[in-house]
Amino acid sequence: MSTEEVKPKGPGAAVAEGRVLVIGGGVAGIQASLDLADAGAQVYLVEKSPSIGGWMAFLDKTFPTNDCSICILAPKMADCFGHPNINVLTSSKVIGVKGEAGKFTVTILRKSRFIDEEKCTGCLECVEKCPTKVPNEFEFGLGIRKAIYIPFMQAVPRVVSIDREHCIKLTKDKCGVCEKTCKRGAVDYEMKDQEAEIKVQAIIVAIGFEPWDPTTSREYGYGRYPNVYTAIEFERIINASGPTGGHIQRRSDGQRPRKIAYIQCVGSRNPAVGHPYCCSVCCMHSTKEAMLAREHHDDMESTIFYKDMRTFGKGFNEYMERAKRDYGVRYVNSDATVEENKDNHNPIVVYDVAGKSEREEFDMVVLANTLIPRASSQELAQVLGIPLTEFSFFKSKDRILHPTDTSRDGIFLAGYCAGPADIPECVAQGSAAASRAMDIITHHSAKGAHAAKETHATKEASA
Amino acid sequence: MPEEKAQGAGREAQGKEEGARDKGVGKDGGENPVPLSASPLEPSSLAPCALRPAPCRIGVFICHCGSNIGGIVDVPAVVEYASRLKDVVHAERNLYTCADDGLTAIKTAISKHGLNRVLVASCTPRTHAPLFRRTCEAAGLNQYLFEFVNLREHCSWVHMREPARATEKAKALVKMGVARARLLERQEEPVLDIEPAAMVLGGGVAGLSAALSIANQGFPVHLVEREPELGGMAARLHRISPTYRNAREVVGPVAEAVSAHPDIRLHMPATMTDLSGYIGNFEVTLSTGEKFRVGSIVVATGADELRPDGLYGWGQLKNVVTQMELERLMAAGPFTRPKSVVMIQCAGSRGQKVSYCSKRCCFTAIKNAILLKEESPDTEVHILHNEIHVYGVAFEKEYRRAQELGVRFSRYSPEKPSVSEQNGRLNVNFYDEGLRRERDLPADLVVLSTPLVARPEAEELSKMLKVPLGQDRFFFEAHVKLRPVDFATDGIFICGTAKGPTNIGECVEQALGAASRAAIPLAKGRVRVEAITSRVNTDTCRGCGRCESECDYHAISLVPVNDAFGNRLVARVNEGLCKGCGKCSSICCNRSISLRHFTTPQIMAMVEAALEEG
Repeated sequence: MSTEEVKPKGPGAAVAEGRVLVIGGGVAGIQASLDLADAGAQVYLVEKSPSIGGWMAFLDKTFPTNDCSICILAPKMADCFGHPNINVLTSSKVIGVKGEAGKFTVTILRKSRFIDEEKCTGCLECVEKCPTKVPNEFEFGLGIRKAIYIPFMQAVPRVVSIDREHCIKLTKDKCGVCEKTCKRGAVDYEMKDQEAEIKVQAIIVAIGFEPWDPTTSREYGYGRYPNVYTAIEFERIINASGPTGGHIQRRSDGQRPRKIAYIQCVGSRNPAVGHPYCCSVCCMHSTKEAMLAREHHDDMESTIFYKDMRTFGKGFNEYMERAKRDYGVRYVNSDATVEENKDNHNPIVVYDVAGKSEREEFDMVVLANTLIPRASSQELAQVLGIPLTEFSFFKSKDRILHPTDTSRDGIFLAGYCAGPADIPECVAQGSAAASRAMDIITHHSAKGAHAAKETHATKEASA
Repeated sequence: MPEEKAQGAGREAQGKEEGARDKGVGKDGGENPVPLSASPLEPSSLAPCALRPAPCRIGVFICHCGSNIGGIVDVPAVVEYASRLKDVVHAERNLYTCADDGLTAIKTAISKHGLNRVLVASCTPRTHAPLFRRTCEAAGLNQYLFEFVNLREHCSWVHMREPARATEKAKALVKMGVARARLLERQEEPVLDIEPAAMVLGGGVAGLSAALSIANQGFPVHLVEREPELGGMAARLHRISPTYRNAREVVGPVAEAVSAHPDIRLHMPATMTDLSGYIGNFEVTLSTGEKFRVGSIVVATGADELRPDGLYGWGQLKNVVTQMELERLMAAGPFTRPKSVVMIQCAGSRGQKVSYCSKRCCFTAIKNAILLKEESPDTEVHILHNEIHVYGVAFEKEYRRAQELGVRFSRYSPEKPSVSEQNGRLNVNFYDEGLRRERDLPADLVVLSTPLVARPEAEELSKMLKVPLGQDRFFFEAHVKLRPVDFATDGIFICGTAKGPTNIGECVEQALGAASRAAIPLAKGRVRVEAITSRVNTDTCRGCGRCESECDYHAISLVPVNDAFGNRLVARVNEGLCKGCGKCSSICCNRSISLRHFTTPQIMAMVEAALEEG
């Protein structure tokens, strides 16, 4: 595959002068960056975590094709990082934006990894030697990591970071093992956070979502009953590269469950917790998880408790029919709450059938907890000077004709941060936002060329 | 990069030294006889070292990858082994071959030892091949003379508990790599000019949005619409959910902007009747006789509403209409508001005439129910459904609003409702899942929420474009998850309801997305394309056509030739369409097709090396 590009000619030539900032390195931001860069524009991709990839990097498989999620995403992550026109800035955030479409000045805070990214080859010898163990937030506390770490095995860039809160060299000036281990001299405990200023013509916001924490809705028992899981936790424990190596195990006793209940609309379609909306993906991911559990073990029995099974996308209805027919997944149309059998920590699901309350014991419960806008949306919206909706999604100028535009010219939206969307819609939006940014680039370079011509003409006239 | 794969015309124009290459890549569809290649046996591939003036000088670089490889495989032993292999003139090991010092070592060795083949044994080519290839090029070595061996994923990581045997396997892998490296040939990546214009098929809201976006990026667009007016299905709606704006007021300005755009040329009414070529150089013929060239194509031909013939009395009973018919009634102005309206969801879909969910019928029914209720609060509106699919924020909100306005929702199951006429009034009979009993609802108007279905002409269009349809006869994208607006065929993109039912906002998102993708090759203007494509030995090709029918990219066709062997058919590879997958070369009945850079002699040399003792 040739990565070397030939210099563009014709109308495309103007694009090479284009500079775009993409905020968020999930699949929407990656797609936007790749489209812009392939067209010849220069892209700064700012990601707050140490790796690009977003949530998709943590999923096991994707509906309705059951493609392995990281296997299809990893090549895009590598293409993005290796692209000569994309400057990937991880562990970074946007803290200031000035100017207007065509000439934004953006301030970026680059948090120190305490590692020279150019020198680190990702061999992970330092990780092996590091004595400090920390609950792994990238496995949602299900596994452990070291104080020097990569967030997950397929991380891009494959560069370690030092966790400044837990590293005993940084906190207590002890240890220093990683520096001694690193044969390339990549460790630098003195490395400071840096601010960088860049100039761009357009900005794409693609910061994604975060799963809602169901601890506060006590009726599901999450956090109190060990064998109640959130969907993303379940994605990790069925994933071969997850904390259990793909073995489905219960938190309480390490045993593998045979009977799993999935509860839909946890925190969504629920005005009482502030999310009256449907998050658009849970019906499908629970169906997928039930199918995958059955693929792991033939004797796995799965039951999905739902309000409406919303199988509205391409191939979705057929997928659900397949789950019923070929995987024996049972669907029960009812709200559900969870209690626990204290003797064996088995969750008990309480639900209604024909107006009659039923109780059924399961080995494990998986909550389809809703996906909500990131807590950081508010702050970023202020920095960018763009509005949010009543539920803190970024607000489109017009949901119908300008779905990726914001009220501020030159700032565009892509992905779940603008409202619930599944992966293909996020990808389409990433490309859509890229085309809007290209529009700004073309417009402003044309104006620039025009202005240059005028200046030239004026000079000639005065001479 | 898939879109860079077009070649052919550019290669011909180049007239490089690659005399052995087939030249029959003309865009003329095959009138010209195929020139014969010099020899059926590719002598240069058989024994390149022997026939080339310069002997093979192979350099081997083995990477420790920190401890990833070095911690398991005995790297010095592998280096020592490699240095003794035939034609290897230099072997070394690096802590990290990919780091600056490693790359410098490669460049230095190329000039110092006069290397004409480089082999790196390290991690995965997925992430690192481009880096090493660039390094070779920088040192003046053609990048196709580089060979990659994966000692990490293919060896140390999977055999970490058996270091001794892993070392033996590493030696074998390196030996295989060296065997192939001897037979590598330099390849050129031709530069191809791209026609900086696009064609959009379909003038509905998706096609209009795509055309505007491409034109606004500075490229001329040919917009082809089969009807005499723009706007498509959206323009025939009454109001648009969830904003309730008048459909004509929404679509009208977009259609006007397209009509007024200096870079958009409208072809209307017209359809495409012929297409040839490939990315960068599509030759289009329209029903109007017009011909033009474009670099990329966006398909936005839309969908039809299902005609519910034979369902729920539609066409037989008066006052049984589809949602679209209701929209037109409402758009036409005030009509006598019925006292009681029953809407039936999934009329024809989800197991009736089609298996899929049409995505838009739930919010369409809710929108129309709300409009009826707002204009005539006394009208009873009852929506019979089998689950309400109002995903996201806005549609769910409208669902609640409809309930607040008194629209009633009842879940039917498992059978679909039935409609009959009793005493001059319509009656809808169904099993109410909530009440757990059968019910009869009298109605003045029954509205069927019918699904969108693929247009019948999609079939012919898919053949002309050489792109697939899915099982529902909607166009089938390259990848459901990650390439939602691409086709597997480069340079052709898909958006809107031609791909499957969706809402207008999403049609526009997809259209802008497709516009972005379609504009990439246009913005590049020229691309350097990959060299790994198939070539046919026309002397031995028997013209059986097996490769033609098996090629997933429609890159092979049988063409007539008249040569020393008489009048006959032979296979011809369109290198602009060829993806270098190698399927044709592996199924060819007498090995008349080979894949550049992965020739049979190259692969067999690896196999023989693997089976050889020592």
